[in-house]
Amino acid sequence: MYHLNFGYVWTHFDKLSWGLLLSLELAFVSILIGMAIGLSLALAYTSGGKLVRGAVAGYVEFIRNVPLLLLVYLVFYGVPSVGGFAYDSTTSFIITLSVYAGAYMVEVFRAGLAAVPKGLTDAGKAIGLTAWQRVVSVRLPTMFRIVLPSLSNAYVSLFKDTSLASVIAVPELTYGAQWIKTNSFRVIETWAVVTPMYLVTGYALLFVLQRLERRFAIH
Amino acid sequence: MLFAIQSLPFLWQGLLVTLHISVLIVFFALIAGTILGIGIVYGPGWLYWPIRLYSDFFRGIPLLVLIFFMYYGLPVFKVNLNNFAAVVLALTAFKTAHVIEVVRGAIQSIPKGQTEAAKSIGLTFGQRLLHVIVPQALRRFLPPWINAVVDTVKGSALVSLVGIVDLMLAIQQVIGRTYRPMPLYVLGAIMYFVINYTLSLASRRLEARFAYIRE
Repeated sequence: MYHLNFGYVWTHFDKLSWGLLLSLELAFVSILIGMAIGLSLALAYTSGGKLVRGAVAGYVEFIRNVPLLLLVYLVFYGVPSVGGFAYDSTTSFIITLSVYAGAYMVEVFRAGLAAVPKGLTDAGKAIGLTAWQRVVSVRLPTMFRIVLPSLSNAYVSLFKDTSLASVIAVPELTYGAQWIKTNSFRVIETWAVVTPMYLVTGYALLFVLQRLERRFAIH
Repeated sequence: MLFAIQSLPFLWQGLLVTLHISVLIVFFALIAGTILGIGIVYGPGWLYWPIRLYSDFFRGIPLLVLIFFMYYGLPVFKVNLNNFAAVVLALTAFKTAHVIEVVRGAIQSIPKGQTEAAKSIGLTFGQRLLHVIVPQALRRFLPPWINAVVDTVKGSALVSLVGIVDLMLAIQQVIGRTYRPMPLYVLGAIMYFVINYTLSLASRRLEARFAYIRE
């Protein structure tokens, strides 16, 4: 008969709590950079020529059709081997997840920009706004309110994807769990603590973000 | 480049394993997901909550955690699965949750009037499902389902972490021999890309094909 013993998990709980914070942080930084990439590329796509469109579509399709795990390895082991430089695993993972998030953000923002009613930009023209002003104060604010639900889903999804950082030894939540598990062989206890941590955090995030969505929703 | 070409037969074996695992998962998840998806829409209240809980639970935890749990955790409960069975079980449980949502969305997108009309001409539940709901819901089901298949192929790369020599681990092993990471990762990325992009294109084709349906 197996006896549950959570002692080791609790004494090293700091590994899990700090890991969880790092997971959230990785997802947060990556979505910020990903949004910057996505926004600029989406704007470039909607206003650019054939070449720009092709390049953006190529980037999006490539990233979306390749496993994230392969991208993690490629950036951590592959790129430094030809580039002749090195970065630590956390930086490497942030780069990977940002590029990955960026590809999804391009799609989100492109759809968002397309959904901004044409009447709004026409109205902007009518009151004499310049092209730049129309983008900054008409199209972007409206677009952000349209894409808010997709953004919160993407954030929670990226939070779950940070578990892959454990394979290159970034000390996030899954890595902390692996560490405890390997040192104590308390497999069930470890996952019994870590799984609810992922679940509760993920759904709490979703709950808060959905509140925000409702606050800013366009009626 | 010679070593990359020499490694191709080995990578091909890995690719077959990736495809084998993906096909199994897609097949099992399709069956389980369709049954549970129909259950969540038409089933009684006591059926709704367990399925909703199942779906939200499995969509709420990272796939990697699930795979590790099935492989390292289940033996504690005297369930000893080999790594292949463990990952197929983990990924199927995960994908089933997604298929449930796709099925639910597809069925609920059919206007209520269709069911009411079918009822009024005296069709039984089975007939309504078979002749009215499914032919229409299928169009809504296929594009997101193919996206789920792409996700399965991508997610199957995680099985390399419990020692199954799929395409991902095959790449890693060749790199272990040759110390040339970049060309091999790029080669692997291209192989994954070709499979998944083909599927994505099919999904987009279908979506365009069915775009004429508007209510």
